[in-house]
Amino acid sequence: MKKFLALLLAAVLVFSFAACSGSKDDTTTSASGDSTSAANTDVDYSKVKVGLICLHDENSTYDNNFIQALKDTQAKLGLKDEQVLIKTNIPEDDSCLNAAQELADAGCNVIFADSFGHETYIMEAAKEFPEVQFCHATGTHAKTAELKNFHNAFAAIYEGRYLAGVAAGMKLNEMIKDGKIKAEEAVIGYVGAFNYAEVVSGFTSFFLGARSVCESATMKVTYTNSWFDIALEREAALSLIKDGCVLISQHADSEGAPKACEEKGVPNVAYNLDTTSMGPNTALISSKINWSPYYELMINAVAKGEEIPTDWCGTLATDSVQLTKLNEKVAAEGTQAAIDEAKAKLEKGEIKVFDTATFTVDGKKLDSYKADVIPDEKFEHETEVIKDGAFLESDVDGMRSAPYFDIMYIDGISEK
Amino acid sequence: MSKKNEAKVREPLFHVAKRNSMVWWKAWLIRGIAIIASLIVCALIIVLLTKQNPFEVYASMFNGSFGSKRKVWILLQNMAILLCISLAVTPAFKMHFWNLGAEGQVLIGALASVACMFYIGDRLPNALLIVIMFVSSLVGGIIWGIIPAYFKAKWNTNESLFTLMMNYIAIQLVSFAIMVWVPSGSSVMGIVNANSKAGWIPDIFGQKYLFNILVVVAVTVLMFVYLKYSKHGYELSVVGESENTARYIGIDVKKVIIRTMVLSGAVCGLAGFLLVSGTNHTISKSLAGGNGFTAIMVSWLAKFNPILMIVTSFLIVFLQRGAGEIATNFRLNESVADILTGVIIFFIIGCEFFINYEIKSTRSKNKEVK
Repeated sequence: MKKFLALLLAAVLVFSFAACSGSKDDTTTSASGDSTSAANTDVDYSKVKVGLICLHDENSTYDNNFIQALKDTQAKLGLKDEQVLIKTNIPEDDSCLNAAQELADAGCNVIFADSFGHETYIMEAAKEFPEVQFCHATGTHAKTAELKNFHNAFAAIYEGRYLAGVAAGMKLNEMIKDGKIKAEEAVIGYVGAFNYAEVVSGFTSFFLGARSVCESATMKVTYTNSWFDIALEREAALSLIKDGCVLISQHADSEGAPKACEEKGVPNVAYNLDTTSMGPNTALISSKINWSPYYELMINAVAKGEEIPTDWCGTLATDSVQLTKLNEKVAAEGTQAAIDEAKAKLEKGEIKVFDTATFTVDGKKLDSYKADVIPDEKFEHETEVIKDGAFLESDVDGMRSAPYFDIMYIDGISEK
Repeated sequence: MSKKNEAKVREPLFHVAKRNSMVWWKAWLIRGIAIIASLIVCALIIVLLTKQNPFEVYASMFNGSFGSKRKVWILLQNMAILLCISLAVTPAFKMHFWNLGAEGQVLIGALASVACMFYIGDRLPNALLIVIMFVSSLVGGIIWGIIPAYFKAKWNTNESLFTLMMNYIAIQLVSFAIMVWVPSGSSVMGIVNANSKAGWIPDIFGQKYLFNILVVVAVTVLMFVYLKYSKHGYELSVVGESENTARYIGIDVKKVIIRTMVLSGAVCGLAGFLLVSGTNHTISKSLAGGNGFTAIMVSWLAKFNPILMIVTSFLIVFLQRGAGEIATNFRLNESVADILTGVIIFFIIGCEFFINYEIKSTRSKNKEVK
């Protein structure tokens, strides 16, 4: 009996230690959020209740980005915990409709869903609750759905990817200069989730950014066919490295690829998360969407009884597109200056990410391209998107915020 | 010398013996104590880990299932699907055929239904379409069930591994189908026939989930009768107890194995049909949501009794819904809620040990002998 008691005591101790360390982690993450600026005192937020529906939870970098931004916005606007309900691990099926209904039942007057597959279910909920506002990230239907209370939003993340690409290009240049690789060996590896426009647009802009400073850069892309799969993303990164890729970036939501890169000592560019802590010797920089500006816009609109835009695309100017702090330990000399310069030019419109003068498809310059902008059952490519010598991506005025650059592939990029 | 040896032999403090039987009220008393004990342990975890008031957490857990009319319907719907899949695996389990492939059998059934909606949804009247979907889902489930059964009957292959592997094939098939149907590469099917509602089970008395619930109630009763009163039900339990006995009394074992897995697969296919036509109107790799595995627990906990499975499936879904509610209301990661669910289920399964076995103190027995 004594032995049993001793064991039990040990177990309790282990548990309580785990509990302590767990809660410590919590405080550090929430404290790191930006909550310095004061709330807008003219607006009465007391009647606002926000609901957030997430596909996964904080363990996914993608969902974590939405959750943290909402907590930051909550702190900034001074909303109480009861005014911000977060539902995690909601799959892309009828449970999403149920989650939206339950949030509406609980009195939420604006509900945000974060995953592409939630869209059709959120639209069903929007039909059922005309007085509640529904916002959806990465969606494509708002413009044509004829639902007044259903809205899409995204950000011009291709600009952030381009800038992260500049940092990658500088790193490649450094490796060439140091004699670590030959110019033609500047091969970037890219772990994509699916060959979907959002991913294609992402790696193409990243590649164009890299090539704007490193002319000999090429890229190999591989897909995991899953948005979140630690093991698959790790395997994909390792196999790209084995194939001679000297720098890795990814568009998938786990830490699989960055950690694999740290193991192999290969520089990594991440997305939606500062990975410096996972890879102090290899994490270069991350591009990220900051959802706070959109949350603020949507909450303010609801508080004031104003309309939320049908479709909204955040930019560098709205602070929706961000880069995490450059890891000086890994970055090549002069990287920050190069990023700042490219950023200034992007903001002034002096350079365009998808300038048709900077890339070719099958050896030819692109003079016209029809993209699948309007969602329909036939997936028709119906809208001309080349204007003034550039592929016009995420153009909310004419088209939509969610990316539609789906050219696979421009010259220089190939599939592994 | 011999004295020293005697001293070295250390007797265990207690030993375990099988109980003959237990009065029903005693068994339920033990179960009740187990649930109370689990709630106390959970309360400790809640206080230590989250510093919340455990009573508020329990109230919130209860509200997750009963907080509103809608929540009750969602509870019943989730129960119906879980129960349906549990009923499907039960005859196979009673036969000691370890069908771990329910997930895949459900997915294939669902895939068959969605394929009908996708290809012929706009050409047929809704009633006829739904009948066709129903039949193809059943056929899909049967095919996925009969393959491992045939191999088991013919070559005595290991059915646990076989059915488990069939799940992955089903998942990849679903993946492939979505890739073909959605050329944009997003891998998201979305709601199929959102405007025409072709292939959707219509609401009954304005209730979306009532059809599913009624169907599963019917299946529960039929399965109970089938297992308890039919000749088939008797035969499969004999095969489960001893194949040699079955053969000795003239039961065609191969036939029983295949026949039972046809039934198992068909009911899984039915669950797939209900998931698509009655609930989700879409397909995804995760449509079965792990219920194919949870069903195993539901079936075991109820000792393969279809009526008791109503209780066990309620328990599981109640805990799942409560977990989600706690995570939202207290801003906890859902993992915390999963830990609580784990503790409760651990106690419930664990207490069966005390019902089936008794622990005897060795020392007191020694004294008795003396």
